[in-house]
Amino acid sequence: MAHAQSMIVEAVVIDETHRFTLTQLVQVCGTERERLVALVDEGVLSPQGEAPEHWRFSGSELSRARKALRLSRDLDLGPGGTALVLQLLDEIDALRRQLDRRVTPP
Amino acid sequence: MEYKDYYAALGVERTATPDEIKRAYRKLARKYHPDVSKETDAEARFKDVAEAYEALQDPEKRAAYDEIGRRHRSGERFDPPPGWDSGFEFSGRDAGPGDPTDYSEFFESLFGRHHRAARGAAHAGGSDHHAKVVIELTDAYRGARRMLSLRTPVPDESGRVTFRERQLEVNIPRGVRAGQQLRLAGQGSPGIGGGPAGDLYLEIEIAPHPHFSVDGRDVRLDLPLAPWEAALGASVTVPTPDGRIELTVPPGSAAGRRLRLKGKGLPGTPPGDLYVVLAVRAPAATTDAQREAYAALGRAFAGFDARSELEG
Repeated sequence: MAHAQSMIVEAVVIDETHRFTLTQLVQVCGTERERLVALVDEGVLSPQGEAPEHWRFSGSELSRARKALRLSRDLDLGPGGTALVLQLLDEIDALRRQLDRRVTPP
Repeated sequence: MEYKDYYAALGVERTATPDEIKRAYRKLARKYHPDVSKETDAEARFKDVAEAYEALQDPEKRAAYDEIGRRHRSGERFDPPPGWDSGFEFSGRDAGPGDPTDYSEFFESLFGRHHRAARGAAHAGGSDHHAKVVIELTDAYRGARRMLSLRTPVPDESGRVTFRERQLEVNIPRGVRAGQQLRLAGQGSPGIGGGPAGDLYLEIEIAPHPHFSVDGRDVRLDLPLAPWEAALGASVTVPTPDGRIELTVPPGSAAGRRLRLKGKGLPGTPPGDLYVVLAVRAPAATTDAQREAYAALGRAFAGFDARSELEG
């Protein structure tokens, strides 16, 4: 294994103002177009725009898309099952945050 | 290298049927999947389980693994015989569960690796890669420089993959939030036939802090006060992820009161807020003078019922 010299790299933050087209999101996620379309149909991802060629995904959808694809691949879930799992995970997160706000550690 | 007992990882007998293997994998995957599980070692456990399943669910790979297993004695180190994996030709199905770049050295020495992008494309852009980086909350406030060691798969002419280790120093901008992605342009896998290199995406994770909790851009701190500070008001020194500040606690503050320090959350446009949630800590009385002070307090608050909420 060769050690290359280290180099300094600037990072660009992909925040909510960032926009991905469907083609870009397919490339970034290393997946197929149909799988992302199915996630949009299930409401897991909510791009702006009507037709797929006009869809624009915000930067925060990238993590969500990747999570959905991981769950779907590793647990062999269909788009509907993936949507349900993500919805329940969102609910658990919200409950945890509520709990965190209420309980004051001793 | 370490021999991996894939049957033990899935908790099945060596004689298990494909259905038994699949059921065992599914059950463990639901338990340890890092996106679902809160177990501390979920990520490592899931990698083992995913790798074991990938090896055992494919009849060709399982047969090859069993062949090795017959010669291997438990506790022994494993050294692949020279030219070992050239004796097997795998169908090169698409990647199974888990992130294939995470498979162990043992797995790769047995089964080799086929690089998807390397097959059948004479000219193509490199694929994008993903990694996770854990930073401290203070790093998110101030920005940080991080050294990353990356193992990059490099396909050779035959499509087989070797790994190259490289180091990157990344400037992490201030104001990044948990779950956000950073893009390092051109740091993914190299393009093929002059195609552009892919990008590397880093997902930000903020390490848990003993005092501060983070919700998006907002940060929360529980601030303990002495009863007299809460009742009379006080000026107290409060730690924030960006250094100490002086905070004026208004008189008559009850436990649970939230003070918002606007703009003292994570930096950004707009910046988040820091919420200081007041708690009241009553000290234990250990000397006569302290017990007398509590008694005086009791006399002064003769009408106070700490349990009034329990009535009705």
